Amino acid sequence: MLRLGIDVGSTTMKVVALNEDNKVIYASYERHFSEIAKRSTIMLEALEKEIGDQEVTLSISGSAGMGLAEEAGLPFVQEVYATRTAALTYLDGVDVIIELGGEDAKILFLTNGLEVRMNGSCAGGTGAFIDQMATLLGISRDDIDKLSEGANEIYTIASRCGVFAKSDIQPLINQGARTEDIAASILVAVVNQTIAGLAQGRKIKGKVVYLGGPLTFIKSLRKYFDEALGLTGICPENSLYYVAMGTALAPGGRKMKISSLVETINGLESNGTYSKLKPLFKDKDEYIAFQTRHAKASVPILNPHEYKGSAYLGIDSGSTTIKCALISEDGSLLLSRYSPNNGNPVQAVKSFLNMIYSEFPNIVIKGSASTGYGEDLMKTAFSLDDSLVETVAHFIGAKHFLPDVDFIIDIGGQDIKCFKIRNGAIDDIFLNEACSSGCGSFLQTFANAIGKSSAEFASLALESKSPVDLGSRCTVFMNSSVKQAQKDGASINDISAGLAISVVKNALYKVIRTTNKENLGKNIVVQGGTFLNDAVLKAFEDELGLEVIRPTIAGLMGAYGAALYARSKKRDESSIIGKEELWEMKAKMSSVRCQGCTNHCLLTINDFGGKRRLISGNKCEKPITGKKKDDDSSYNIYQYKQELLKAYIDDEGDGEKSIGLPLALGMYELLPFYHTLFKELGYRVVTSPFSNRELYISGQSSIPSDTVCFPAKLMHGHVEYLKRKGVDEIFIPASSYNVNEEKGNNHFNCPVVAYYGEVIRGNQDLEGTKLVLAYLSPDNEKHFTKRISELFGIPRHECKKAVKKAYEELGLYHERVNGKADEIIRKAREEKRRIIVLSGRPYHVDPEINHGIDKLIVSLGASVVSEDSIAVKELKKPVDVLNQWTYHARLYDASHYVLTEKDMDLVQLISFGCGLDAVTSDEVREILERGDKIPTQLKIDEITNLGAVKIRIRSLFAALDMKENETVY
Amino acid sequence: MRQFTKEMKENGWTLVIPNMSEIHFNVMKRIFDNHGYNVHLLENYDHTLVDEGLKYVHNDMCYPCLLVIGQMLDAIKRGIVDKDHSALVISQTGGGCRASNYYFLLLKALERAGLENIPVISMNLQGMNKNPGLKITKLMLLQAFTGLLYGDLLMMLYNQTKPYEVNKGDSDKIVEKWTEYLGSCYARNRGYFFSNLKKNMHGISDDFHNVKCDRSKKKVKVGVVGEIYMKYSKLGNSNLKEFLESQDAEVMLPPMMGFVLYSFKNGVYDDEYYGGRGKYKTLMKFIFPFLLKMEKMMTDSISRYPEFHRSATFPELESYREGLIDKGCKMGEGWLLTAEMAELIEKGYSNIVCTQPFGCLPNHICGKGMIRPLKEKYPNSNIVPIDYDPSATRVNQENRIKLMLSIARENLEKEAD
Repeated sequence: MLRLGIDVGSTTMKVVALNEDNKVIYASYERHFSEIAKRSTIMLEALEKEIGDQEVTLSISGSAGMGLAEEAGLPFVQEVYATRTAALTYLDGVDVIIELGGEDAKILFLTNGLEVRMNGSCAGGTGAFIDQMATLLGISRDDIDKLSEGANEIYTIASRCGVFAKSDIQPLINQGARTEDIAASILVAVVNQTIAGLAQGRKIKGKVVYLGGPLTFIKSLRKYFDEALGLTGICPENSLYYVAMGTALAPGGRKMKISSLVETINGLESNGTYSKLKPLFKDKDEYIAFQTRHAKASVPILNPHEYKGSAYLGIDSGSTTIKCALISEDGSLLLSRYSPNNGNPVQAVKSFLNMIYSEFPNIVIKGSASTGYGEDLMKTAFSLDDSLVETVAHFIGAKHFLPDVDFIIDIGGQDIKCFKIRNGAIDDIFLNEACSSGCGSFLQTFANAIGKSSAEFASLALESKSPVDLGSRCTVFMNSSVKQAQKDGASINDISAGLAISVVKNALYKVIRTTNKENLGKNIVVQGGTFLNDAVLKAFEDELGLEVIRPTIAGLMGAYGAALYARSKKRDESSIIGKEELWEMKAKMSSVRCQGCTNHCLLTINDFGGKRRLISGNKCEKPITGKKKDDDSSYNIYQYKQELLKAYIDDEGDGEKSIGLPLALGMYELLPFYHTLFKELGYRVVTSPFSNRELYISGQSSIPSDTVCFPAKLMHGHVEYLKRKGVDEIFIPASSYNVNEEKGNNHFNCPVVAYYGEVIRGNQDLEGTKLVLAYLSPDNEKHFTKRISELFGIPRHECKKAVKKAYEELGLYHERVNGKADEIIRKAREEKRRIIVLSGRPYHVDPEINHGIDKLIVSLGASVVSEDSIAVKELKKPVDVLNQWTYHARLYDASHYVLTEKDMDLVQLISFGCGLDAVTSDEVREILERGDKIPTQLKIDEITNLGAVKIRIRSLFAALDMKENETVY
Repeated sequence: MRQFTKEMKENGWTLVIPNMSEIHFNVMKRIFDNHGYNVHLLENYDHTLVDEGLKYVHNDMCYPCLLVIGQMLDAIKRGIVDKDHSALVISQTGGGCRASNYYFLLLKALERAGLENIPVISMNLQGMNKNPGLKITKLMLLQAFTGLLYGDLLMMLYNQTKPYEVNKGDSDKIVEKWTEYLGSCYARNRGYFFSNLKKNMHGISDDFHNVKCDRSKKKVKVGVVGEIYMKYSKLGNSNLKEFLESQDAEVMLPPMMGFVLYSFKNGVYDDEYYGGRGKYKTLMKFIFPFLLKMEKMMTDSISRYPEFHRSATFPELESYREGLIDKGCKMGEGWLLTAEMAELIEKGYSNIVCTQPFGCLPNHICGKGMIRPLKEKYPNSNIVPIDYDPSATRVNQENRIKLMLSIARENLEKEAD
């Protein structure tokens, strides 16, 4: 009897029939576009045609197959298990299987102790990820494969989740990086994610087999896996069908005729048990009324063919789209364009300008400005007059539209930007963090995945009777929520409506974090391309329970604002390139490694001829100006702290026995203490250096939890460094309690800082180097001395002196830091610079953790001090949360102090995955808001999109400027 | 914030408590009754509560916090509890884990929801944030301690009997019977302690022993460990136990007593590592042996019958920890979680679901961080860590659990051969 295996994955479906000799006699593969019952019927009927209606035994597998099996009462085989069964049957001597699917990634270790690993819920280095990235680049999956062959450079891209990766790729696109290089970088990112995220310290070696869609179709992906693993893996025949084959092989299959299987599946009525929401529109009439109301919010429009005279151009080079607006002297819209940038924004603008020049010779551009991610690129390429930060552009646009606007919310392709307006100035800014970008491009990608355009997909939502409740998390989670809803029988209409609602909920509850709608005010303007989707707009109004204003040019508001800005400059002539120059314009792009410092940034140079040259990808000003501007510690305490710590790192001393101190987590502050202690005890003290990417990668494979914070993950690299240095022992303190600064009710360390050494001990191969994981705390000098004496077998009186010196050194270190802070503040005030209290934890001083945000702020003209150096100036104040962690208590005091200083503002660094910051971020925000300060919080992780950070900081400065001097646009 | 006053108590206000573990809490509820408190255990499990949680609690906060606060607000908004005559009770662990913050986050959430008039009571043993209307007396503590032991015993035996019972529902009846009986003991303030403790415990194990069972077909044995709320609460883990049982597994949840004793013992270890807790250490010298004696009574009553697996006593758990993780790792579930996994594996429950809220700080270390060392020590261990959060989907979670079960079944078949 034939055996049938049906594998219904997240995006595709496979059917395989095996004969008695386990030979594959039939195999088919199709995308199911979420219509599982329908597709399976079609596929099974095709099978029936081919082999006739015989009796077979069958089982079902796959993440989406689980639901099908359950409903149809058919046997289910877990897919990883099925893969293994098939591999053991068809392949000889396989050691490791790497299988990438639509949304799952798996590694199976078959020999030397069976282990199977699947990605967790927050890991997206998979087929869907590659598809998403292809959409972003405007190319197909096959193109990614082909293009990557011509790559010269590999950029660092996070593939842990699609959202992170997008924010890495976006700046690359906008800087004009070659698509070939980006394509290759995407594949390398998938490779790194799979190896680091799934192998978790176990080495992939021996005979390796590649299975699943992405690895079958994309040969470059296999090549990069081979390179990374240092071996040649094989992609066997039928590599797409292993799950289905294993499913067919599994015992316990159901005996039935193919026709009755078709009948069973056809007869399935979904149980409809998914969680339902209210429909967006009751009926057609309600929808028409809704449309009519919103059509009223339009800008005056002039016919460009009839217009003569001055005009102003605004260009908004966004993450996925390019928007242009040309306005007349009185602010009427003459011409506009809204189009995808397809990875080449310059070309899109060129064609727009070309049209103006050739078709409208009577229009004279008197002013031009760019905004958005690609503002610098546009300004350089077309020699525009001005550029402005996008938040301000959107604000100007909205304010022109509705002068007494209270709140603006803009949902674009990649970002959500919200501003609260008070007294005509920006009072508060909310931007989405990397991990909550449930924005427009997600809707688009999803629409494409089911073979629809964005507009078609949106219109489906309008007819939904019971939208699916999909939660309000980031896109990765939404994907699996959609999967669940499909399983529960939700229609595509209900899913479309559900997605629109969840985008809105995400913006309201995750980004703005509002619980009280009155806080937003009465006059709300919504804009951004995503609001052109009526379902999103209606969901937003429903959720808030009030009517909002969506300008008919909602998608153009940034460009419109930029044009208004250009107009406000009242120039006689614009510097924009003319017709001839535009005609001759040739863009040359190249990438080089900067040799200015050890960072070796990968620079992208765009040369448009003449003086129009743009260098991007740089972390400092050096490659542009030839010198490091403002780059000394007199403006930047982070740099000063690095200098102080460097002195300890360089000073190893000359003891006989060596001890290694990993410069990670708590050690960042206690290095002066432990360094002195061990030196006094006669050790040669080897400290690991500041982190860099290489150091991180060297320890990456032994990280067991992919959701722990990045500062903790770095610990692995530091320990690896010390091990390779050949130190006699490595010292990691484990301290439930930190130094007691009397700033809270207790003085705990967070659990990760306290006990991360346990993870090192349990997961990292130290190859014989001794690890001293010492439970002790410097909060009690006497007991600390006792512990050191016990742990190292040194008489107590000898320890006593060393410990005393250690405390003195720590005190000295704090004195120096605090003294320096005073100096920086004084100097800043003399030079009228803004002072930013860049607040985090001591380890945020590490350049790999803070990604040079300190320097970025300095380069934008402010001075930087730190939370600890400011907290000492403030007495302990009561707060509304449990205040019991030493490092976090400083944040509250620093926030309180900032309220008393007019020229000081606080920027909080939040490490992704820092559980305690869920508590501190709200409290810090509340303290600052109470004092009428604008809170700024930056979520940072392994890789951080500095472009977005720059926008955030520039927006802060622009808002502060606006508060101080009123400008009319 | 409003206090819970003596008058409120006298006027019969309701104390609203989320029901973390039905077997345990249903027994212990009656203790409050006996002391003049009117307790309502929250059992509203509708999806609307998640929305409430998402709305009023920072979304990166741990899932239990979001659920518990969401459940309370949901109950208030839907009128399940009378918002004008109720006080909310929330636990405050008081360690270095962020869970100690639940109390404050509940206050914040109430304020945002415009419900700051509702008194909030922090349930803790450290005397934090006192309320005049609720006084936990020594007698209550003792009763609670026995209640917990009874709860543990009922849970342990129920879980080991239910999957094998011939007449469906027999085990449930026993739980019902004893919950009722013990409740009446607490209400009468007699019959639950001293010699009665032993008598009752033996009675319970006798009853379960007498349930007609068919243990001829071996079932896959799965242990569930994790963050305490995720582990016990069906709201938290989306009915994990029920799901596992539907997949033909027998489920072992280690008793709650371990967590209590672990919490007590941490202070003693603190003194050794950090000093300054000499008084506490001395106090524990007297109290701890007494607690251990009671715990042993519970475990002894299980081992009276060979078909039951006796849970490890606290000193045994400590020995399971050795060589894996230090006793100083004490935030959240800390070393206890690792010790429980080791114990389960040694006792034949080598298939384990390790539950935690997404981004749980201590579990990065004592949960996920210890899987590899455990695998090295016990190559047959088959552990799957599952993260829970408002948007984690059951498909995703169940698929991973099913993978663990597939391997478990294969191992079971191998054993049978």
